[in-house]
Amino acid sequence: MIAVVRYNAGNVFSVECALRRLGAEFVVTDNESVLAKADRVIFPGVGEAAAAMHHLRATGLDRVIRSLTAPVLGICIGQQLMCRHSEEGDVDGLGIFDANVKRLIPPSPEFKVPHTGWDTVALTSPDGPVPTGLDGHYFYYVHSYAVPVCRHTAAVTEYCGTWSAAMRHDNFHAVQFHPEKSGADGSTLLSHFLAL
Amino acid sequence: MLAKRIIPCLDVKDGKTVKGVNFVNFRDAGDPVELGRQYSDQGADELVYLDITASHEGRGTFIDLVRRVAENISIPFTVGGGISEVDDVARLLDAGADKVSVNSAALRSPALIDGIASRYGAQVCVVAIDARHDDGIWRCYINGGRKPVGCTLLEWAHEAQERGAGEILFTSMDHDGVKAGFACEALAELSERLSIPVIASGGAGRMNHFIDVFKHGHADAALAASIFHFGEINLRELKSYLSLNDIPVRL
Repeated sequence: MIAVVRYNAGNVFSVECALRRLGAEFVVTDNESVLAKADRVIFPGVGEAAAAMHHLRATGLDRVIRSLTAPVLGICIGQQLMCRHSEEGDVDGLGIFDANVKRLIPPSPEFKVPHTGWDTVALTSPDGPVPTGLDGHYFYYVHSYAVPVCRHTAAVTEYCGTWSAAMRHDNFHAVQFHPEKSGADGSTLLSHFLAL
Repeated sequence: MLAKRIIPCLDVKDGKTVKGVNFVNFRDAGDPVELGRQYSDQGADELVYLDITASHEGRGTFIDLVRRVAENISIPFTVGGGISEVDDVARLLDAGADKVSVNSAALRSPALIDGIASRYGAQVCVVAIDARHDDGIWRCYINGGRKPVGCTLLEWAHEAQERGAGEILFTSMDHDGVKAGFACEALAELSERLSIPVIASGGAGRMNHFIDVFKHGHADAALAASIFHFGEINLRELKSYLSLNDIPVRL
């Protein structure tokens, strides 16, 4: 069974729609034992890091997510919350990835933040969540914070610097973009994760 | 490299797509979900669904349509029309919208932008501005372009940004429906003065207008309606053409 983590970050519904379009069976849950028994866990997120993290702590989901052993896919804020710390709201994260989330700083005025729209990813590791066939493809982004390149980086995007488009550490995978909103390539990535 | 976005806009009235010339005289252009799916297949980067009757007839928003779009289409979409409070935004986002666009209500009550941004993040909040060039000044209008208000395009766009808007969608009422090109000069100034993305709207008629809006208007995205609805410009051909002309687009 695939489990999607239910918490206060918005737009879990678009992940549900994407999974339904793939014909996948899933549950949306914050139940500890259901999450622990799931074959795949998707940790989505749209929203503000500090509010999301406080909610995860208050409900004990922080501990549950850290202890998962099945493949986990963090999306957007999900990826950021899996890091040690985020500048957004100056909050400590789950500490799965050894990195600190930083705000995107425009090097010149033509760089607009939030980074909004379709941008390319370049693979730095074949073992991350982005299948090698999608190297160089466009995915949909909307974010103002990003994870610097670190030892867990599996793909990068360059915009206001170069940062982690995708990450992997053991069973924990994550992407900064929104595969659930990235058309056919996004569906391919999600299928690839579900088939790991 | 970040791609310039092409965004078909579907104005919806009574569940059907319509597009006016200068905001009046609507013509029917089909089922919104089916049309959105076709655009997505042809390479649209995002979609915008606007409930155009909402602001002046007090119509509620169109939750069922939003849900059907979210279920059927795998690219981002923005919804607008009739949003007057943060609870309206909650209903639309819960139904699967990625962003909401606020227009008249935000001008009447600017704190709406702060409310949306603080609850959902700047990235969901698109502030749509309808403006017309009156006596050398770009003046903002509300209620579907019916009523002028006392601020200029640049003043309001800047305030919206400071309050937490994630994008500005600027429609030139002078250019809308005329198909003679976008308001590139005003767009360039807007883009230069803002740190958030600008979506250009109003005036698309030929493929080279899109080159102008990106090269000279410095827009981050361009929105159009009737030229796509009536097949005057094919999205796929447009994006190939832009790519050949050195505009970064997702092919």
